[in-house]
Amino acid sequence: MKMEVRDVVCTVCGCCCDDLIVEVEDNHIRSVRNACALSTSKLMDHRERLKTPMVREGGTLREASLKEALDRAAQILAEARYPLLWGWSLTCNEAVSIGVELAETLGGVIDNNTSICHGPGLIGVHDIGISSSTLGEVKNRADLIVYWGANPVHAHPRHMARYTLMARGRFRRSRRERTLIVVDVRRTDTAKLADLYIQVEPNGDYELLSALRAAVRGEEIEQEDVAGVPIEEIEEMAELMIGCEFGALFYGVGLTMSRGKSRNIDAALSLVRDLNSRTKFIILPMRGHFNVTGANEVTTWLSGYPFGVDYSRGYPYYNPGDTTAIDLLRRGECDAALVVASDPAAHFPASITRKLAEIPVVTLDPHRSTTVEISDVAIPTAIVGVEASGTVYRMDGVPLEAKMLIRPPEGVKTDAEILTSLLEGVKTLRGS
Amino acid sequence: MELLIKNGIVYDPLNGIDGERMDIAVRDGRIVEDVSPKAEVVDASGMIVMPGGVDIHSHIAGSKVNTGRLMRPEDHYGDYEQRRPHRRAGVGRSIPSTYTTGYRYAEMGYTTVFEPASPPIKARHTHEELDETPMIDKGCFTLLGNNWLVMDYLRDGMIEECKGFVAWMLEATKGYAVKLVNPGGVEAWGWGRYVIGLDDEVPRFGITPREIIEGLCRVNSMLKLPHPIHVHTNNMARVGNYETTIATMETVSNQAAGSPCNIHVTHVQFTGRKGSSWVNVRSGAEDISSYVNRRSHAELDVGQIIFGDTTTMTADGSFQYLLHILSGNKWANADVEVETGAGVVPYTYRRSNYVNAVQWGIGLELALLIEDPWRVHMTTDHPNGGPFTEYPRVIAWLMSRRARDKTLSKINKTARRRLNLPGIDREYTLGEIATVTRAATARSLGLTSKGHLGVGADADIAIYAVDAQRIDPSREYKLVRRAFRRAAYTIKDGEIVVKDGEIVKTVFGRTFWVKPRVEEELMEKVREDVKEKFEEYYTVRFGNYPIPDSYLKRPHAIKAGG
Ligand code: SF4
Repeated sequence: MKMEVRDVVCTVCGCCCDDLIVEVEDNHIRSVRNACALSTSKLMDHRERLKTPMVREGGTLREASLKEALDRAAQILAEARYPLLWGWSLTCNEAVSIGVELAETLGGVIDNNTSICHGPGLIGVHDIGISSSTLGEVKNRADLIVYWGANPVHAHPRHMARYTLMARGRFRRSRRERTLIVVDVRRTDTAKLADLYIQVEPNGDYELLSALRAAVRGEEIEQEDVAGVPIEEIEEMAELMIGCEFGALFYGVGLTMSRGKSRNIDAALSLVRDLNSRTKFIILPMRGHFNVTGANEVTTWLSGYPFGVDYSRGYPYYNPGDTTAIDLLRRGECDAALVVASDPAAHFPASITRKLAEIPVVTLDPHRSTTVEISDVAIPTAIVGVEASGTVYRMDGVPLEAKMLIRPPEGVKTDAEILTSLLEGVKTLRGS
Repeated sequence: MELLIKNGIVYDPLNGIDGERMDIAVRDGRIVEDVSPKAEVVDASGMIVMPGGVDIHSHIAGSKVNTGRLMRPEDHYGDYEQRRPHRRAGVGRSIPSTYTTGYRYAEMGYTTVFEPASPPIKARHTHEELDETPMIDKGCFTLLGNNWLVMDYLRDGMIEECKGFVAWMLEATKGYAVKLVNPGGVEAWGWGRYVIGLDDEVPRFGITPREIIEGLCRVNSMLKLPHPIHVHTNNMARVGNYETTIATMETVSNQAAGSPCNIHVTHVQFTGRKGSSWVNVRSGAEDISSYVNRRSHAELDVGQIIFGDTTTMTADGSFQYLLHILSGNKWANADVEVETGAGVVPYTYRRSNYVNAVQWGIGLELALLIEDPWRVHMTTDHPNGGPFTEYPRVIAWLMSRRARDKTLSKINKTARRRLNLPGIDREYTLGEIATVTRAATARSLGLTSKGHLGVGADADIAIYAVDAQRIDPSREYKLVRRAFRRAAYTIKDGEIVVKDGEIVKTVFGRTFWVKPRVEEELMEKVREDVKEKFEEYYTVRFGNYPIPDSYLKRPHAIKAGG
């Protein structure tokens, strides 16, 4: 029987587009409308699926029953002195919440993907604050859009159509009513659409931001160019920023992960703050994973901190650069890891992945990821937004309910269900 | 399960009980006539017994609260909670994590708390946090004073449609009351602009704050909602704003129909400033009180400030921006499409600071000059004036002139000279404290089973170890303060959840929301209308906007009869 599900929330990138139309037949997704290519391929193609639980025996992974896998996993975690609970950006809030309770119960550390991508953006908020808004404010009001170190054409394909440049809102009706500035180290496909493209030298973001701040304050800049950008262009950009009615700056990992990191973000946040004395301006990070924002929010309301939360003292303790995954693994401090909805072995530096492989690893994932290969226990889970429902937060913090479209493969449970079992198992083993 | 609370001195203002020794019987979560001999006995000799505290205005959950938490790791470093039996770990001085919030309220004998500013599109977030806030019953107010559809309907004179829309919104967001924050002004702030006076036009909307306030007040009574419109007035950032406060009350006075009140003005301390500049700012409490004393249609809560560091946060983004400019402190802003905004700024109130000292005086003057304790609720507008954990300090100031004098002796001298406070003798009785912290707030919220200890009421009970017949609160205010800090017992739905100020059991309360009854025909029209606008204004689909009842952990719908 064919069925059409409307208003489906896409669980791929941080745009969380909620207008997909999915056709389902015999528990299969037949077609997807309104989605971008990134989304369609994720929704339609589940080849590398992990379907049965696995446990390591004599060096190799073998299939196991769910009960055996859960028991092994609970034992690994319960015996650990200082476990790391990593991932959380490709699952729903409900799962993250149980994850935080598990970390607290174990006296371990819960960290999410933020610490390797947009962490500097959040650290910047501790220092400076942030002038921000939901994406609809941009859609309805913005006459100036800036993308800095971000290439939405490829990474967030519908961002410009739904929320910014091409969106049709109450006070802005078309592309012609908006100006686009792109700042990047190379002429990306996004840059090709820009009214003003600013090519910044690699690692020159901080300098350029500082020069812009000076220009916005009306100060004379003595040099001919800054970070490879002629002064005239900087002044032109500053004038566009001051002169707009509502401006929005979106930044990507090109800014957070280039030299300077959180200092870059401090400068960008300060620039936007300063602009508010002249006009209205907001800034938003282009979050990559569909619910990394939710992972930050849940962790914050439960612990006070957005990522890298250490419960080894019995209360939440936070010190990014110290209580964050890469640092803990590099120092060899953690003696077990639980990986949920993330593939660190594919994303961490090789030396850190080797460290991870040295400790017992429990992985929950819908797919047979690289991390599964180095795990001691791997438990398949339902895909959030396809086989499981749950709350997710768009990059601007707007909450949405991801839908269950089809049933997961036989015997496969949701992250929340598996985590609940693990929590119970750990409590029993620890006698708490 | 049965409980018998024996020999306590009971304060139950809604039932006219003002310090009588009597027993309270509890069965299955409710107060009953009597219980069997098998009931567990709580010996309350030498203690006072009151209904559980009901906080009408405290920012405890939702996106701006969490932005505050995120922005202020320094707020958490010095104040954390170890994981212990019966309680989760957490942090927080002015912006506690959710579990810590619930525990700390329960420890003080509070059992119901309302989050007063939920941005509709982010209401799911508010409810997620409320669901993870244990110990208390709760609810949230829906921000509607800058909503484009509300403003369009009211400008076009479509009051019926506006009524339908408000009903739809409350149901969609599982909200409890209609909240207005700087009506029209937050929309203007979307452009970085300001709306100051009640008759200034909201840019591009052709409507004024006055028309929004009057319109939503009318809608509120058409829908017979349990709580009046809850208003954070315009013009909060400026000196001289006490006039706006009075004008705001006045503008709906001709709609008043006796009791109950038709407007609740919130944290009036912040909008009770008289004068023309920060140098000559004075207290406008006398003028505001005299209005409230003369007219029975308006009530308010105080928003008392506490000296020390806190985190200010409101939906009034423009106010927060000006506070950031004034203080030089870091600033977060979070405008919300079509609906509202928010801002967060850390702030330290100092005794030596002239303006802060005047603010402190305004709050207490309001509480002491308004004669009817049923219409002046005790709040700190947590965390704006100070954290809710400082309520016992406010109670001591209200009950003891001596406590006030002690603080007065330490504040800025010019402020002391200019305030009326030193000349005010009034001291609250325990019965009046019970009124301003629970009975009146519950009544104002229309929660008929809360705020009292009559048969049939929810068995939410606070017992404080203070011997009302032996001590004189005026002199021994420190004993009172200590007793209110840590309840001897807190009983929630008939179970002992706090004993000797410690959590002994974790429970999860209900979330109240209001479901207004509206003619289906009108609702259909409104839904069609809203659906069309959604496409153009919002970035989420109409179908994804409403929150189903099942999303909440323990939803409790209150039907309102239109
Ligand atoms: S832009 Fe992102 S959220 Fe939208 S459909 Fe594409 S992958 Fe999904």
